[in-house]
Amino acid sequence: MDTQPQPSSAFDQVVLPHLDAAYNLARWLTRNGHDAEDVVQEAFLRALRFFGGFHGGNARAWLLAIVRNTCYDWLRRNRPSEASASFDEEVHSSAVDPNPTPEDLLIEQSGRLRLREALETLPLAWREVLVLRELEGLSYKEIADVAGIKMGTVMSRLARARAGLQQQLAIGLERK
Amino acid sequence: MTCSELRTFLHAYLDGELDLVRQVEIEDHLRACGACSRTHQAQLALGSALKSDELYFRAPAHLERKVRMAARPAEQKTWLPRLRMPAWIGAAIAAAAVVALAVFFSPMLSRPPRTERIAQDVVSAHIRSLMPGHLTDVPSSENHTVKPWFAGKLDFSPPVADLSAEGFLLVGGRLDYASDRPVAALVYRRGGHFINLFVWPSASTRELAEGADARQGYNLLFWTRGQTNFWAISDLNVTELRQFAGLVRGRLS
Repeated sequence: MDTQPQPSSAFDQVVLPHLDAAYNLARWLTRNGHDAEDVVQEAFLRALRFFGGFHGGNARAWLLAIVRNTCYDWLRRNRPSEASASFDEEVHSSAVDPNPTPEDLLIEQSGRLRLREALETLPLAWREVLVLRELEGLSYKEIADVAGIKMGTVMSRLARARAGLQQQLAIGLERK
Repeated sequence: MTCSELRTFLHAYLDGELDLVRQVEIEDHLRACGACSRTHQAQLALGSALKSDELYFRAPAHLERKVRMAARPAEQKTWLPRLRMPAWIGAAIAAAAVVALAVFFSPMLSRPPRTERIAQDVVSAHIRSLMPGHLTDVPSSENHTVKPWFAGKLDFSPPVADLSAEGFLLVGGRLDYASDRPVAALVYRRGGHFINLFVWPSASTRELAEGADARQGYNLLFWTRGQTNFWAISDLNVTELRQFAGLVRGRLS
């Protein structure tokens, strides 16, 4: 069967270049490559359906908003406990030292693998803002649009997520 | 700025989301305070570790093929059965997507339309200026040549700063049009990067706040000083563009 693309449609040109970003976000939110593929396919179907309503602007943020919501729907269907795990910013933060000391600068010792594990253990809401900011390089405004939260929330959540990540790295190192 | 204030703004600073005034305050504090400087260094290290390629999951090749086929209605049949689902789920997905779009677009509606429109004007004018022969009407590295050139062409006299000592060379000036009025465009160069600084009188002091933006690969900074609006745009990195803006502000105060 011929799987080579036909002359590209507008959708191919505008949305498809962001496939890596879509997969990366889905992979981090589902923490599983196979599930991420399912989510991305579903998200692209939705994107295709709603593409008529996309009037220019930032196609990557537009697509990532769809991927993000598809992820949450997928988690609700397939891992209801994870999706419904109530996230209380204050409760999660109370365990985290907001002002890491230089001793928490453990990235070199802990290595990339530890960093990946640490990031995967963070609550969904923290993982999401960290991936959008650090891996996708989105601005606060874009993150606010994608995640459906206020810009002020983006800033405080990022601060707490980073502190939480550093603490995870520190815990991992102590266990060794 | 106190240590406690610094911690409040450090993340916005790291993410390039702070206004110029606070950014300068942060940098002053970081130079003076060892403890905060170490916290800053730790965050920088974490940030660069997270940007590692090993943490970025790229889509497998077969996924691209599947998704491409989805974009071709004639061939949807070949893989749609895999996704077939009860009708109510389809309806639920459609409803969720409508909510998703509403959530996504509602902040756009609340964005100040005027700033948004000026940003579009500034980006268009910048790109146009980079087309051959459009950069300057008065090519000169002398601020004493550029400033008088605008006399009689605009209803105000734009301030023109000489920043050559700091490595921002004046290239010249140009008449341009933004925010529904003629404006002065001052062109500077840093290495191979051109900076357009658009200047015009503000109708009211509350007209514009300060801010930063990035579009189509260009960084934008804007601020209002006294009765004058400034918009700087360049493909220069945001740190050096902020330095440029800081120098302009310092020189003209």
